[in-house]
Amino acid sequence: MRGPVSALLWRELTVARRLGGGGAMGVAFLLVLVTIVPFAIGPDLNLLSRIGPAILWIAALLAMLLGLDRLFQADAEDGTLDLMQLGATPLELVVLVKCLAHWLTTGLPIVAAAPFLGLMLAQEPEGVFGVGVSLLAGTPALTFIGAVGAAATVSLRRGGLLMALLVLPLCVPALIFGVSAANAAVGGTVPLTTPLAILGALTLGSAALCPIAAAALLRRLGE
Amino acid sequence: MPLVAENLHVRRGGRAIVENVSFRLEKGEALVVSGPNGAGKSTLLRALAGLLPLARGRFSLDGDADEVQSALHYIGHADGMKPALTAQENLAFWGAFLSTGAPGLDPRAALKAVGLGHVAEFPVAYLSAGQKRRVALARLLVARRPVWLLDEPTTALDVAAQANFADLMRAFRADGGMIVAATHAPLGLDDARTLRLEGARREMAA
Amino acid sequence: MLRFANPSFVLRVARRAIPVLSVLTALTTALGLYLVFFYAPADYQQGETVRIMYLHVPAAWISMFAYMVMSSAALGTLVWRHPVADAAQKAAAPLGALFTFICLVSGALWGKPMWGTYWVWDARLTSVLVLFLIYLALIALWATIEEPARAARVSAVMTLVGLVNIPIIKFSVDWWNTLHQPASVVRMGGPAIYSSMLWPLIVMAIAATLLFTTLHLMSIRNEILRRRLDRLTHQAAMNGERALRLEAAQ
Repeated sequence: MRGPVSALLWRELTVARRLGGGGAMGVAFLLVLVTIVPFAIGPDLNLLSRIGPAILWIAALLAMLLGLDRLFQADAEDGTLDLMQLGATPLELVVLVKCLAHWLTTGLPIVAAAPFLGLMLAQEPEGVFGVGVSLLAGTPALTFIGAVGAAATVSLRRGGLLMALLVLPLCVPALIFGVSAANAAVGGTVPLTTPLAILGALTLGSAALCPIAAAALLRRLGE
Repeated sequence: MPLVAENLHVRRGGRAIVENVSFRLEKGEALVVSGPNGAGKSTLLRALAGLLPLARGRFSLDGDADEVQSALHYIGHADGMKPALTAQENLAFWGAFLSTGAPGLDPRAALKAVGLGHVAEFPVAYLSAGQKRRVALARLLVARRPVWLLDEPTTALDVAAQANFADLMRAFRADGGMIVAATHAPLGLDDARTLRLEGARREMAA
Repeated sequence: MLRFANPSFVLRVARRAIPVLSVLTALTTALGLYLVFFYAPADYQQGETVRIMYLHVPAAWISMFAYMVMSSAALGTLVWRHPVADAAQKAAAPLGALFTFICLVSGALWGKPMWGTYWVWDARLTSVLVLFLIYLALIALWATIEEPARAARVSAVMTLVGLVNIPIIKFSVDWWNTLHQPASVVRMGGPAIYSSMLWPLIVMAIAATLLFTTLHLMSIRNEILRRRLDRLTHQAAMNGERALRLEAAQ
């Protein structure tokens, strides 16, 4: 018999794997965005090389948000969320585990694919490394912040747009330090470790606080 | 260990839905909550399950109001099953998640007990409404909890399945379990007490 | 506490206080405007445009103050689940957005003669812009979620999440700005402020605070009345149905 937390993680990962598409869709979205940006700003490789990390970070941010609005909705609709409040596991921990599973299934493929897409944007090896490392450290924060937005809009049939409106301003710090870290890897005045450490702090801080906020929103949904 | 509700009041959207409900159940007893549509049966059960706040009153098991939520099973309108997982996988998850230490039935045995042994390996998406309902009812067996809160548990069940569920409830009560059920249809609960909700006066909140 | 939070009590207070507050606001604003135009000197560098400051700075102050008021009300919603706190929250969001908007627009108009452009991605401006976006999101939230108690709960949590985030956003925008800021942009502040400019500013700040308080109280009153009307309409609909049933039974 599994413990409740590992059972939940296993269930989330299995459902994601059976339904399929979550991770692949995010990566495809990333590819589409990276493809259309040069159409808008021109094929100048010097320019693309300079703004490449920013493009990848914005694309990753949007791709992460894309699937998140359904994070709790399916569970709310099929009654799972009600039953989860009857277990001995605190709802905050349930949210944390669900975020972790979501990041593993959609965040990690994005983090893995972004460096390759960086090559299309004329990134040097250091730049590719910087983008990969900064996304690895920063995308979990996006999942946690997004989870709060997802919990806020869980009862709305079409909450996606409102969720983006709620969540994007709160993602400004992660975006700033993510792009700084990616840029710092190619050189510049700031050492890579400074923005990276702050990014890690944002991820840890949001991992601690966001589940509390999201759980407060998910409790007593029908009130 | 008695299950006691004292003067329960539940409000929703500023309106009183349930007012002044009290009951007391001893081991092995059952309570049937009846009343017309909109009388607040589902609201009462959700509040008993701790999914809605009590505006007033106290609901306790053995004098303890804090632990009552982890002592009860709740069957609501939704089944709480993931269509992508098999019946057995769904039940294994709920068995682990809702476990309270006392071992419940193995998922396969629980499915057999509701007459679904043959579809254990099927994803729930392929099951009929009645079969899905029975998988949800099998959840009552995979984790042992002394109180069952049942909101229209026999919806979509055919006669045979209803009889089967009545047997399960009888066995559960013989074992000392307590049942609170909201229903229109007769459930086959022997000598159950009844609580009739007429709908609270919809007075002003402020 | 309970007496204070009783909606009827709040309505009674509002009925007495709104006229008084309105008169006070009008008088203070008149005094402030007089001081701004006839007492305060024109700046030796910026000329007459410096008078925009007397609108801009109080608006900036209220844009923060409104968020503090809204956060306190959010706590009231989460801790006491009280309808008056819900109404205070809901009323503060559009007002906060309004004052933030005034702050941004007056800043842009001031920036044109000073910096030669309406908008620069200065750290302070950018932070205020993000604050404005947060206000907009909260207003959208109130407009989207129909069930009032649910809307209040969601908005309370989001307000507090925003409260935690505002310093972090400020910090990150400062960092971002020092990375990108070209050295040529003139910083605000300049020389220490003279008392001939300080007094008009203080009076205008008081006027803005009074204006916000008056408008906030009016909106709270409207919200309480709106909810009452809502409930009465529900009740009337239900009584109508009951009457119909009785008729049918006879």
